Amino acid sequence: MKEGEIYTFKIFRYDSFEPEKPPSFQTFKVRVVPGLTVLMVLLRIRDEIDGTLSFRSSCRSAVCGSCAMVINGKIDLACRTQVYKFEDRTIVLEPLPNMEIIKDLVVDMTPFWSAYEKVKPYLMRFSPSPEKEIPQSEEERKRIDQFVNCILCACCYGACPVVSRDPDYLGPHAFAKLERFFSDSRDERPPEELIHLDNVHGLWGCDTVLKCIEACPKDVRPTDSIVSLRKRLLKYRILGKR
Amino acid sequence: MLRHEVIIVGGGLAGLRAAIELCDKYDVALISKVYPLRSHSVAAQGGINAALGNNPEGRDDSWEKHMFDTVKGSDFLADQNAVEIMCKDAPRAIYELEHWGCPFSRFPDGSIAQRPFGGAGFPRTCYSADLTGHVLLHTLFERAISKRLKVYSEWYVLSLVSDGSMCHGIVAFDLIRGEIVPILAKATLFATGGYGRVYYYSTNALINTGSGIGIAYKAGVPLKDMEFVQFHPTGLVGTNILMTEACRGEGGYLINRLGERFMERYAPKAMELAPRDIVSRSIQREIEEGRGFDHPLGKCVHLDLRHLGEKKIMERLPGIRRICLDFLGIDPVYEPIPVMPCQHYSMGGIDTNEKAETPLSGFFAAGECACVSVHGANRLGGNSLLETVVFGRIASHSIEAYLSERDVKPDEKLLEEERKKVEKKIERLTGGGKEKPAKIQLELSKIMSQYVGIFRTKDELEFALGKILEAKERYRSVGISSKKKHMNYELMSALELEFMLEVAHTIALGAYLREESRGAHFRRDKEERDDSKWLKHTVMTIDREGNPSVSYKDVVITRYPPEERAY
Repeated sequence: MKEGEIYTFKIFRYDSFEPEKPPSFQTFKVRVVPGLTVLMVLLRIRDEIDGTLSFRSSCRSAVCGSCAMVINGKIDLACRTQVYKFEDRTIVLEPLPNMEIIKDLVVDMTPFWSAYEKVKPYLMRFSPSPEKEIPQSEEERKRIDQFVNCILCACCYGACPVVSRDPDYLGPHAFAKLERFFSDSRDERPPEELIHLDNVHGLWGCDTVLKCIEACPKDVRPTDSIVSLRKRLLKYRILGKR
Repeated sequence: MLRHEVIIVGGGLAGLRAAIELCDKYDVALISKVYPLRSHSVAAQGGINAALGNNPEGRDDSWEKHMFDTVKGSDFLADQNAVEIMCKDAPRAIYELEHWGCPFSRFPDGSIAQRPFGGAGFPRTCYSADLTGHVLLHTLFERAISKRLKVYSEWYVLSLVSDGSMCHGIVAFDLIRGEIVPILAKATLFATGGYGRVYYYSTNALINTGSGIGIAYKAGVPLKDMEFVQFHPTGLVGTNILMTEACRGEGGYLINRLGERFMERYAPKAMELAPRDIVSRSIQREIEEGRGFDHPLGKCVHLDLRHLGEKKIMERLPGIRRICLDFLGIDPVYEPIPVMPCQHYSMGGIDTNEKAETPLSGFFAAGECACVSVHGANRLGGNSLLETVVFGRIASHSIEAYLSERDVKPDEKLLEEERKKVEKKIERLTGGGKEKPAKIQLELSKIMSQYVGIFRTKDELEFALGKILEAKERYRSVGISSKKKHMNYELMSALELEFMLEVAHTIALGAYLREESRGAHFRRDKEERDDSKWLKHTVMTIDREGNPSVSYKDVVITRYPPEERAY
């Protein structure tokens, strides 16, 4: 195995600037050694074989969220996916679903980011700030941990069946982010913020089929956030408070 | 042509921090070559320094002690007026981030947790597990969203427009649409990050080409102290992904093939928590003298966390564990981590003063692309995140002062001329040249890692300089595969390579000329620090022929005169 084995990569090609040309798969053969990731293969193809291949990348260490794509049918980050873990020597790479394709593996993430911005993803406080830090117990900090870990890579958004049938649905990432703030002991957002989400494009759209949890490379559980936000919404409707 | 009062280039911590302060008062736009959350700031792991005194072991900490550690860590090359500003402002900066929602890890009393870090006399590094850069970047971006900051995402800067004394804006490239767009601005801030990818072994993101530094240099702005390149002691073997200093801050050991904690030989008091330049050299020596391990992916030593136990690793270093599992298939709870020193940080950069001002009026720089200098010859861990938020904010104040003191009238004609030049350049790159940009970049990076690395000699540096000049020559015949401009990453690489070559040239030349060893610059042929001749900053400006012209500048010493640096 040290010498490396030849893998066949079938990569989705399409250019939205030339819509008359139908999408196609282009085949590349690459020698793979252990440790080589899908992203490294893509970089090698662009550097050495075909300079016109388009894909996003940045940190190459699974923290920036640039390189989410479909790898042999499964959504993941290309940078953290080891090639040699696939028994099948053919690897198919496709762009993330649920978004328009700009070119090859690059999709237009505008709807993803707009949904994220819609939930007001920032700490809201109305009390005057103390001179030092706002105290927070270790327990309270732990409560937001999994949602803090979200890197907004859009793996969940690409995997979500509701986004695929309802483009107005906000998407799992937006709710994970909102819950990160609602469950932060320092946040003072008014519960009225939930009223905009009291509909089928919001909190009631989710099928709770857990595709987002399955797709997340960071062990975030967006479905949990949706369930929690639904409870918050019901509590507000019944009791009129947060 | 677009027009804004202020243009900020770079969506990492320094750029966002400046934008947040300015966008209430001015028409500000931020351009970023990646969506801002993909900036390399996100990859910072271990923490951010401030003398809060929250740690029970660190109650007596003070900004003066932080300043002293920073100055000593810099091997006395940092400008002490700037270090004082940074260390004094650090607690305010941390509380501000916390008030904006930054989820720092906490101590049992509810205060921000602080851990020990290299070269620091007190545990003063605030953190969020080992994802500190991620939480800081998200916090500042969230803040920017709340202020509806205008962001041009996936736009590259290609040129800084100057008339020789004043900056008029930039020429940018919209990657998605493939359009060259001049952006007229009264004030321009570069927060474009470091140049890690000039090196073959680097912990840095693929986007860290240092092109911002090269663009400023080409526009006539001086660069400072480029020879000072930080090599992080612990990059994962193979991928060179960073294994945070917090691994050692939390108690991890460095072990050689003989099972020795070899740091005892090099820094008997500080051991694994000596500053990075010292630990990197120690590891390199162990490897060179045959006491390293032969991993299939390269020579290395072991970073051993096993004695910390599963609970501590899962709580404090979960990201490290994840990276080890994903990229090497090992679990640091049960196995030591194979590590090697890798390029990590650029101490040098665009020459700025303590107000983030450059000699070019209307042009400012902050963060890793700038050299203030607060890090001198060697940066302490936890000080880079601090520098971004402190000097990002200071840059915003300086820009405000600049705009309120005069009526700035940038000239559209200059921008149009520059746009034409850029278009010509792109035409040449798509004109059928035979040299592949990726090949030149690969060879350049190998030369830099091999000959302008941790240990340097005059002869090797001379050789490297020759190779860099050769690469510059070859660059004239670079050609790319497609004339289409949209989503053409190969075109971007080719454009950036021009600036990477300049950056590499200034690093190698600075190192060749500096005949002493100081901080991260270690010359095997001149192993001692020489304050009588070299207690000064290297400054390089491009001359009319496109060659670097070198001068030197005094170091600002206010409180701590140079002394022997032992740990």
